[in-house]
Amino acid sequence: MNLRLRTPVSAAVAIALGFIVLTSLVLPGLAALRNQILNWAMLLTAIALLLGLENLFQVHLQKVRTGDKATFSLILLVAMIATFIVTLWEGSQGQLANWIFSNIQLPVETSLMAVLAISLTLAAARIMQQRKDRMSLVFLVTLFVLLLSAGPLFGIEFPMFTKTIGPYVNNFLSVGALRGLLIGVSLGTLATGLRILLGSDRPYGS
Amino acid sequence: MNLPAPLWIGLCLALILIFTFWDRDNPRRALRSIPAFRQLRRTIELSVEDGSRLQISLGGGTILGPEAAAAFAGLTLLRQVAEIAADSDQPPLATTGDGAILLLAQDTLRTSYRRLNISDHYQGTFAQTTGLTPFSYAGGALPLILDHNISASALVGSFSEEAGLLTAATQRTGGFSLGGSNNLTGQAIYFASSDQPLIGEELFATGAYMAADPTHLASARAQDVLRWVVILLLVVTSLLPLFALQ
Repeated sequence: MNLRLRTPVSAAVAIALGFIVLTSLVLPGLAALRNQILNWAMLLTAIALLLGLENLFQVHLQKVRTGDKATFSLILLVAMIATFIVTLWEGSQGQLANWIFSNIQLPVETSLMAVLAISLTLAAARIMQQRKDRMSLVFLVTLFVLLLSAGPLFGIEFPMFTKTIGPYVNNFLSVGALRGLLIGVSLGTLATGLRILLGSDRPYGS
Repeated sequence: MNLPAPLWIGLCLALILIFTFWDRDNPRRALRSIPAFRQLRRTIELSVEDGSRLQISLGGGTILGPEAAAAFAGLTLLRQVAEIAADSDQPPLATTGDGAILLLAQDTLRTSYRRLNISDHYQGTFAQTTGLTPFSYAGGALPLILDHNISASALVGSFSEEAGLLTAATQRTGGFSLGGSNNLTGQAIYFASSDQPLIGEELFATGAYMAADPTHLASARAQDVLRWVVILLLVVTSLLPLFALQ
């Protein structure tokens, strides 16, 4: 028996539910229905998370079988199963689950953050090689100004940067630019949502 | 001045509908040039010719938050890339840090394969969850970029600091990287480290520039008009106190 929803049905369900959530903004009477729909969505997202884990498991199981960097994948699989069982047994706030998070995951992610710091410093230094344009120059000059205005550098302070130019860049120029970018992102988000409601953008396949 | 959200939604919807019908005969009109998309198209063509692989990263945002819109832009790009490169020797790979977006990516790829009549070539592992936190996602995606003959990485979705690791890995392979994020930290990192960054709302114009349907083009134009409306409102509301009209 094929239970796969055909496209018109799935599109109709997605559009109808989206429309209800949207109209609940102007019709407060629909708020209860909206909350119900959002609760269903949260439940489905949690199930999808499990499917994501299953995909991760399958990918690495396949690597172990084919011998493609099998050791790393085997470590991941063992760690994944162990963490899953421990967390299922004593909950996410359990002692052992917390130990795994604080002593394995956190240090690994922190070390990745350290690698990132080096990568970004190199990237900033190489920016003029990558893109020789006006904005790259503005980026480098701003970076230089902010570094000088961050405080005494090797014991030397430049009051013009720390007291005048730095605060001006931080409080006016960057805040204005940030707001401009946020407005752009908000408009894009709004347009994307409406395209999905109109059924022209179907992230669930078409 | 506080304009209610339904007014903005209604205005945006009206503009999209107007431009969809108005520009039907001349859809390419008035789209400014974005070098990132031009170069990405060229890279996709080259990768099909030289048998290398493309990687689309959809980021780690959840589908329930506003960051989902960025992932949807990534899914639009994934569909376009898959329809060009799916039947090549090295089909494109998609990575994500969220289970729900993984399902959507798999569905998008499956649909593209079906359209090309090569459904039997499709594998579920063409879309992968590589980790569920930002850094574990990046950590899982790194070997994929470094070991799979990746010639280009399109990082379009919700990314923050971890984006720097992905662009650095792409550069190590000598590949092209395009980065777009709804997150401001992610955008700053892309500006410094990717070959072509998408700034601000450019991310959401992906569908329009990668040759999608007229609604994407209309939506890009609606965004342009709304941006001018916002600028006008900002200027007017700044000047009102001067004339004591507030």
